[in-house]
Amino acid sequence: MASNATAIKERTPRRVLPGFGLTLGYTMVYLSLLVLIPLSAVFVRSFGSGWGHFWEVVTAPRVLASLRLSFGASLTAALINVGFGLIVAWVLVRYTFPLKRLVDAIIDLPFALPTAVAGIALTALYAPNGWLGARLAPLGLKVAFTPAGIVVALIFVGLPFVVRTLQPVLDDLDQEVEQAAATLGASGRQVFARVILPALWPALLTGFALAFARAVGEYGSVIFIAGNMPMKSEIAPLLIVTKLEQYDYAGATAIAVVMLVLSFGVMLGINALQNWTATRHGER
Amino acid sequence: MSRLLLIATALLFLGVFLLLPLLAVFVQALANGFGAYYVAVSEPMAWAAVKLTLLVAAIAVPLNLVFGVAAAWAIGKFEFRGKSALITLIDLPFAVSPVIAGMIFILIFGAHGWFGGFLRAEHVRVVFAVPGIVLATVFVTFPFIARELIPLMQAQGNADEEIARSLGATGWQCFWRVTLPNIRWGLLYGVLLCNARSMGEFGAVSVVSGHVRGLTNTMPLHVEILYNEYNYTAAFAVASLLALLALLTLAGKNVLEWRQPELRPAARRPRDGTRREPA
Repeated sequence: MASNATAIKERTPRRVLPGFGLTLGYTMVYLSLLVLIPLSAVFVRSFGSGWGHFWEVVTAPRVLASLRLSFGASLTAALINVGFGLIVAWVLVRYTFPLKRLVDAIIDLPFALPTAVAGIALTALYAPNGWLGARLAPLGLKVAFTPAGIVVALIFVGLPFVVRTLQPVLDDLDQEVEQAAATLGASGRQVFARVILPALWPALLTGFALAFARAVGEYGSVIFIAGNMPMKSEIAPLLIVTKLEQYDYAGATAIAVVMLVLSFGVMLGINALQNWTATRHGER
Repeated sequence: MSRLLLIATALLFLGVFLLLPLLAVFVQALANGFGAYYVAVSEPMAWAAVKLTLLVAAIAVPLNLVFGVAAAWAIGKFEFRGKSALITLIDLPFAVSPVIAGMIFILIFGAHGWFGGFLRAEHVRVVFAVPGIVLATVFVTFPFIARELIPLMQAQGNADEEIARSLGATGWQCFWRVTLPNIRWGLLYGVLLCNARSMGEFGAVSVVSGHVRGLTNTMPLHVEILYNEYNYTAAFAVASLLALLALLTLAGKNVLEWRQPELRPAARRPRDGTRREPA
């Protein structure tokens, strides 16, 4: 990593402040005991029964269906969040309107509201007799207890990631460049596509990845609204819980390994993307 | 024109996806009147759940607070190899599904886990008991305080502490009198977010709790049990307490952001998920 190289270069042996050994030591021990060693248990246990068994579990139709659903619904929700998140962030950064501060504050609601509460609230709304469900039913739209309900729950949990990633970037955009483009005869659409969007896409991608990663692992808000029918509306985290309840540890850990590898991949991808944009930004 | 259209779209979207669910919690909780609401939140099992939730947060938050301060001191005040890798590792729990976070402690402390035999011989219960709930909660809230303090301490630099040292302050005096006052709002901010997540965690706790009413049932788990028993009014009544906690958290968060604008996400980076780090 690039930042490692600079860290080595800047390393100075002279330390005025005390406590480096103590705090770093404590950090490493606490991190190892509570996170690293417990997490390694997943990998050790899942490969404990051999590659063959791992492959057998992961390719079972019910497991594949749940993974497909989890990743598919997360992808859909993250894409919807990118679209509407961009509009929300744009409106919050560029325009003034009554109660704007309150609207801005409520964006973080999904971070603060326990997922189980969100889950039962969304289910009550979208159930066939709920406020929204009753209005959607005559249109032939069924949301609760279908994959569409899962997407709704995942939109809820993912939205703040997109908005909060976009806001600072939109804030930094130089509006003079947009005005210059407009004076040179660019239409509103051209300014957006050629000036604004190119500056935004790393943030859009980061927000998308964060919302997606959170959605893949989400459990509490989804299980109430999902209906949880095997092969149809059963998400991967729920299947892990089911297998744990049946003491099928090898099965549960195998699914967990697939999800962890993907999440870590997304996380490293975001880091790489941000390092890349930061360097590019620095070179300009 | 397009301005009004965009504002209307944004508000409609937020109204449907954020405000309506919040509203639904309170409306459903009071659907059968205040009397039914009061009965639901004051029955003994609900109280046991409230107490357990408070207990778990009272253990998990201080643990992660001490860790957060130690990690921020090491990372913010010193240069060393592998720093950015360490920061990534601290963020790791955010990339782990809550269900997996609960599962890892079953793999270690469960009946068939690494220490299962030893724990059974010693008659100690970790999984399906309070210690397991605490461990799972500590895991999912692990990065919250550290990730607020690390960038704050990095931004503040070492100048204040170095002056204090040169004037003869000991390391501890330096920390208590100089560093701590400098980071107090950031610290409070991290504690607030960590606490909200500790009290509201569902997936991880659900896996390790065993759902024993009155014993290993936290508030979110109690909500689930009531809901699955079709006792909707009671479920939403307990849920409304958690929703109030969420609103208080948001209010506190905004007060702190007003006190210290650098805490505001718009001034920095996303609140949750993976860190955006200057290379």
